[in-house]
Amino acid sequence: MHRGLKLWNVRPPKFGAPARMSVFLLRRCLTLLATLVGASLIIFLVLDALPGNAAQMLMGADASPDAVRALTVKLGLDQPLALRYLHWLRGLVVGDLGNSYAYGTPVAELIRERLAMTIPLAILAMLLTTVLALAAGIYTAAHHNRLGDVGVMSLTQIGIALPNFWFAILLILLFAVKLQWLSAGGFPGWEDGIWPGLRSLLLPAVALAVVQAAILARVTRSAVLDVLREDFVRTARAKGLTKREVLWQHVLRNAMIPVLTVMGLQFANLLAGTIVIENVFYLPGLGRLIFQSIANRDLIVVRNCVMLLAGMVIIVNFVVDVLYAVIDPRIKVHEL
Amino acid sequence: MTAGDQALLDVSNLGIRLDTSRGPAQAVREVSFALRRGETLGIVGESGCGKSITALALLGLLPDSAVVSGNIRLDGRELVGLAEADYCTLRGNRISMIFQEPMTALNPMHTIGHQVAEPLLRHTGCSATEAKRQAIALLDRVGLPDPARRYDAYPHQFSGGQRQRITIAMALACKPDVLIADEPTTALDVTIQRQILDLIADLVAEQGMAMILISHDLGVIAENVQRMIVMYGGTVVESGTTDAVFSRMGHPYTQGLFRARPRLGARKGTRLATIAGTVPELADLPAGCPFADRCNLVVDACRTALPPVAEIGAGHAVRCIRTDVALTRDPVGVIA
Amino acid sequence: MVGALLCLLVLGAALLSLVWTPWSAYEIDVAAKLRPPSAAHWLGTDVLGRDIVSLLLVGARATILVGIIAVGIGLTCGVCLGLIAAAQRGWTEELIMRFSDFTFAFPAVLSAIMLAAVIGPGMVTSITAIGIFQIPVLVRVTRGSAGAIWAREFILAARAAGKGRVRITIEHVLPNILSILIVQATIQFALAILAEAALSYLGLGTQPPQPSWGRMLNDAQTLLFQSPSLAVYPGAAIALAVLGLNLLGDGLRDLLDPRLARQR
Repeated sequence: MHRGLKLWNVRPPKFGAPARMSVFLLRRCLTLLATLVGASLIIFLVLDALPGNAAQMLMGADASPDAVRALTVKLGLDQPLALRYLHWLRGLVVGDLGNSYAYGTPVAELIRERLAMTIPLAILAMLLTTVLALAAGIYTAAHHNRLGDVGVMSLTQIGIALPNFWFAILLILLFAVKLQWLSAGGFPGWEDGIWPGLRSLLLPAVALAVVQAAILARVTRSAVLDVLREDFVRTARAKGLTKREVLWQHVLRNAMIPVLTVMGLQFANLLAGTIVIENVFYLPGLGRLIFQSIANRDLIVVRNCVMLLAGMVIIVNFVVDVLYAVIDPRIKVHEL
Repeated sequence: MTAGDQALLDVSNLGIRLDTSRGPAQAVREVSFALRRGETLGIVGESGCGKSITALALLGLLPDSAVVSGNIRLDGRELVGLAEADYCTLRGNRISMIFQEPMTALNPMHTIGHQVAEPLLRHTGCSATEAKRQAIALLDRVGLPDPARRYDAYPHQFSGGQRQRITIAMALACKPDVLIADEPTTALDVTIQRQILDLIADLVAEQGMAMILISHDLGVIAENVQRMIVMYGGTVVESGTTDAVFSRMGHPYTQGLFRARPRLGARKGTRLATIAGTVPELADLPAGCPFADRCNLVVDACRTALPPVAEIGAGHAVRCIRTDVALTRDPVGVIA
Repeated sequence: MVGALLCLLVLGAALLSLVWTPWSAYEIDVAAKLRPPSAAHWLGTDVLGRDIVSLLLVGARATILVGIIAVGIGLTCGVCLGLIAAAQRGWTEELIMRFSDFTFAFPAVLSAIMLAAVIGPGMVTSITAIGIFQIPVLVRVTRGSAGAIWAREFILAARAAGKGRVRITIEHVLPNILSILIVQATIQFALAILAEAALSYLGLGTQPPQPSWGRMLNDAQTLLFQSPSLAVYPGAAIALAVLGLNLLGDGLRDLLDPRLARQR
């Protein structure tokens, strides 16, 4: 709200540029590490300490005590909590996550298989979101208060209100049931080449992207409008730059900071959305794996999947923080 | 005042309608003045009198919703209604402007060197290296210490006075015919104001530019320009050579403005004179003389129509029907 | 205006369902399954022969209940933490802000998954998960706006008058950021409704036989080819409720903070 104030308050830099950047990076990296460890601790406590005896849960209430005890020992659940936590942390670092209770296969392998679908979906959705949102946001800001602006903004207002899974169902209704252009779900894998895979990810990605793009477009629009009101825009115009040149050369870079912030925050929603959307389209991704594992009481898989998702969110927001420093020359160590 | 053929900039009957939050308003009406090559003109008035809007009109930078009537001629070429693309070739090239807020007039994301070189690249078609060489020379000329080393620095690394020097370098980059300085020192510390004004005066003399200096400060106007116009309520109430106006103030408003200025060396306990009432809102300017409600010489005829311009000396004109009475009063107003 | 009307409509539906529904939302009548819309069943029936209109009305209840409790949790925790961070500064602020940054990493779906794995799915799970997910945003909004108030002159005057931090927070800061919080709470409510719908769609939230809009969509999806219209009504209900709240939030902002409204 008081963005203007920041411009006044910045002190001249005290260090040389390279030293400043590395100090900044070091501090951010330490925070990142602490956050990741904190997340892992919470996840471990909730999923490992709270449920009591995982072996009992796994085998059901009417399993014989001996069998339960045997499984407890086999899974290493008889060891003290702290040891089990450290063991898991070590596993996270070296990539050995143990075996799934239900499948018997290594968890790392299971997750890797599923990520082959989830990550392309997330990237595709993010790309679509960014392209749609920036186009709509910049267009509406440049046509402020004209018909196109009002029209697109009304559309985004509706877009924000749509639950993404319902929008996905509507897309299925239109493209799979009525028009029969695309299949209603499923994923053929990448073995038959890239196109069949992408084709089946198209509807899910659109479903994810449209809703997110509606939010991001509004953010972009108001960010661009805010910057357009700044004095330096008038200065640039007084130099003889056309409106278009001012928009692309002077306004956008300034407007990208709030947009980037929201994109970072949206990434968490995007991953959450991916879990939901995978269930709508019966896609064999991380989301499906989690739900199958919950049904199977396969807590070790759930724990690692949740850690992976939380870790991805944390890392993306770390990257966004570092990007600020690259984009905005004003951001200095003492402000972060 | 008559506009000779030799006038570089000739403004006649300028009128500007703006859309304000309170509906359309005639922000400027019947403003005429002429500026010869190398001449300096001051525009003085309180905030909201239309002086900045007039300046923006000269640059063609009014909001899209503004309606401009009358004529603005640069070297005989009509600027009112000029195509945007043509205007872009004039701005920063033949007419340029220095703004009030050096803190916000520079783009925080671009290096100052780039911002100074920008008009050169845009208008002179010189190479990037040549533009950089000229930009460094300009920065040196405006007194920025060590310009070659600080070429790639960002605006936040400079003080207010230094930033104003940078905006001056930017405005002068293409050696414009007309320089408009809109309250160039208002936002600066008193100690720096004089330095900046002297710098501008030196550069104007050196390059033989014409300058329009806008200020609310009679002292600044008295010391820096050859001719002046006084604006009130969107119109010119008095105009003439600075010497003539200061020795014989013909408009009650000019007299009031003069009496209201704070002075050093005034006897302790002397009350600062004020002009009763407040500046009228643009949206409800009266049909008659805009100063009528605050004027102590007002008669009924003042309120019926905008008073005509009356010559009271060589090139000294006043828009008042009570000038004869006003002139008999003590102009310095010690006893007012 | 439109927003307020839509919100009243949804609230009215929920209240109405407490005293009257055209049919029972719980009674199963398989003989009358998948009926098209008629005079008796305005929007038809679902696969178990339940009346869609009745289900929608009762479903509004679950949505509003979860939304109110979750936003209540989020507001209480978020506003308290935000106010403390703004008043205390120093390492307390740092700690609270780091904590809220950290909570960002757990969207509602993720918390719900963990809770569901441990205590099983249900309303408690979805309320807790959505409540946690509300906290960080509210902490940030509160801290940001309270911080701006703390920087104002009248706070300095109050401190000069010898008032303590707690008293200043309650007497000066809170009243001044109330309008911002009300607007934010409206928007958070909309987000809570979306999250609740997603969780009950996934089967993590409200459990059958209790009707909920998300659950209805899940049921409808299996019959997408037979009766596509079943998938339309509950989604439209969610979208209208969320749209209403968002519009209401915008309207409230214009009303409570005219300075912001003009910029739009």
